[in-house]
Amino acid sequence: MSAGPPPVRESTDEHGPSPVVADHPDFEELKVVPARYPWRWFATLAVAVLLAMAAHALVTNPAWDWKVVGEYLFYETILRAVWLTLKLTALGIVLGFVLGTVLALMRLSGVPLLTSVAWTYVWIFRSVPLILQLLFWYNLAILYRYLSFGVPFGPSFVEVATMDLIGPLTAATLGLALHQGAYASEIVRAGVLSVDQGQLEAAAALGVPRGRQIRRIVLPQAMRTIVPTAANEIVGLVKGTSVVYIMALPELFYQVQVIYNRNGRVIALLLVATIWYMIITSILSVAQFYVERHYGKGSARVLPPTPTQRLRAAVAARLAGWRR
Amino acid sequence: MSAAMVDVRGVHKSFGALHVLRGIDLRVRAGEVTVVLGPSGSGKSTLLRSINHLERVDRGYVSVDGQLMGYRRAGNRLHELKERQILKQRTQIGFVFQNFNLFAHLTAIENIAEAPISAQRRPRSEVYAEAETLLRRVGLLEKAQVYPRQLSGGQQQRVAIARALALRPKVVLFDEPTSALDPELVGEVLDTMRDLARGGTTMIVVTHEIGFAREVADTVVFMDAGRIVEQGPPDEVLNHPQHDRTRAFLSKVL
Repeated sequence: MSAGPPPVRESTDEHGPSPVVADHPDFEELKVVPARYPWRWFATLAVAVLLAMAAHALVTNPAWDWKVVGEYLFYETILRAVWLTLKLTALGIVLGFVLGTVLALMRLSGVPLLTSVAWTYVWIFRSVPLILQLLFWYNLAILYRYLSFGVPFGPSFVEVATMDLIGPLTAATLGLALHQGAYASEIVRAGVLSVDQGQLEAAAALGVPRGRQIRRIVLPQAMRTIVPTAANEIVGLVKGTSVVYIMALPELFYQVQVIYNRNGRVIALLLVATIWYMIITSILSVAQFYVERHYGKGSARVLPPTPTQRLRAAVAARLAGWRR
Repeated sequence: MSAAMVDVRGVHKSFGALHVLRGIDLRVRAGEVTVVLGPSGSGKSTLLRSINHLERVDRGYVSVDGQLMGYRRAGNRLHELKERQILKQRTQIGFVFQNFNLFAHLTAIENIAEAPISAQRRPRSEVYAEAETLLRRVGLLEKAQVYPRQLSGGQQQRVAIARALALRPKVVLFDEPTSALDPELVGEVLDTMRDLARGGTTMIVVTHEIGFAREVADTVVFMDAGRIVEQGPPDEVLNHPQHDRTRAFLSKVL
């Protein structure tokens, strides 16, 4: 593995040649004994044994029901449930971040009413548990039987029955997006604050229009701070969507429960859900790497290589080694 | 009004209780280089930032090429301009910062092309061609596609100068352009500025480089405690200062 000991050169130390080198001008002919770390070997061995035990426990215990897991993993109802989970996540994140960006810009606008409205919004929606909020939206019809759109305290133009407008899916989307918006606004705000004030000042000095200052100068640089935290939120929401099971929406977690209540294969079906959540999260993590890399432009002197680039470099190095 | 390119009259500016500018009068003619010297905290930077309205002055006014900065005159009233109009006025004034403030996520040429495209709405191809000419002028054409962080401080400042020039400004303001640089990088930036001065660019330079002032300036202005203590040709101010304060300052930096 290692490329061998580094060649020992004549010391060019600022403090002058060290006495050892002076006594042994033929230093290079001595054999170098690499340092040994017995504890590292011991720790490696211990972890390997533990891993083997875990694998053994997973494979050999028939109670895990791997066959049933395989049967249900691509079962049509499950796939449809996965699709709904993805749809809820996407809607929650996209609407949440649009709302969050607006709220963050309101908060930073310096206009007193906008600032306090944004602050209050975040305060309320961070204070109320998501599950409670979802139930509120679901039961909105009890609170307001009709929703009307018009002049406040004046005439209304359109009136719809709440029940017709807000079904379970709309209620869930609304709840997730409004909840996510509060968190997203803080993430976006942190990103904007992380951008050096000099960047805005330079844009202002150059006469760049205000909207363009935000879109072209501030937000792209804020993304470096925003992306890792936002990715955390997205991954969190993938699993967070499971709370909408209380509204009987057939997303992944709800559907799995329905099936195991029917056939009693609890562990197998929980595993099916686990595997799907892991697959989605893995895909998102890969996407995160590339998005971060994109917004890392100009922040590092050299961008880190992508896994494919790294693989290609490693293969090339091996080939070169063999040819020699 | 006068024929001055930049005309600063009776400008006062306070930050809270701190009275930073205490009645500044300064006129800069087209094609001239004015170097502003003075101890730190004397208000040099604030003066520069007031000229392009990055700071709003409390009293007095600033005009550039006969145009009042930040206000519009109607009869005997001054109407404050909206941000959009102020931004438009600023495109006539180049500004070079001490810390360069290049846009970190844009390449050198994108930095230069940004404002001419977005603020002056000039056609992209024309702007990019001109940006290349500017990069050649500051000796960095081969760095067009490089991000600021991959450049040395001196190179960054030269790109920043090219960026300021891309707006075809009537005057370029330099706020301590070499103070953030390693000593061996100062020379390349001063060389670029010397070229500009020879080319007839109107410049106001806040700096501590006395040598540059002596060689390039048409007028040297010495500021202390928010006032202009003394101004005149470099030989007069630097070699035969009239005021004790100027003498004391020069004896320390020379």
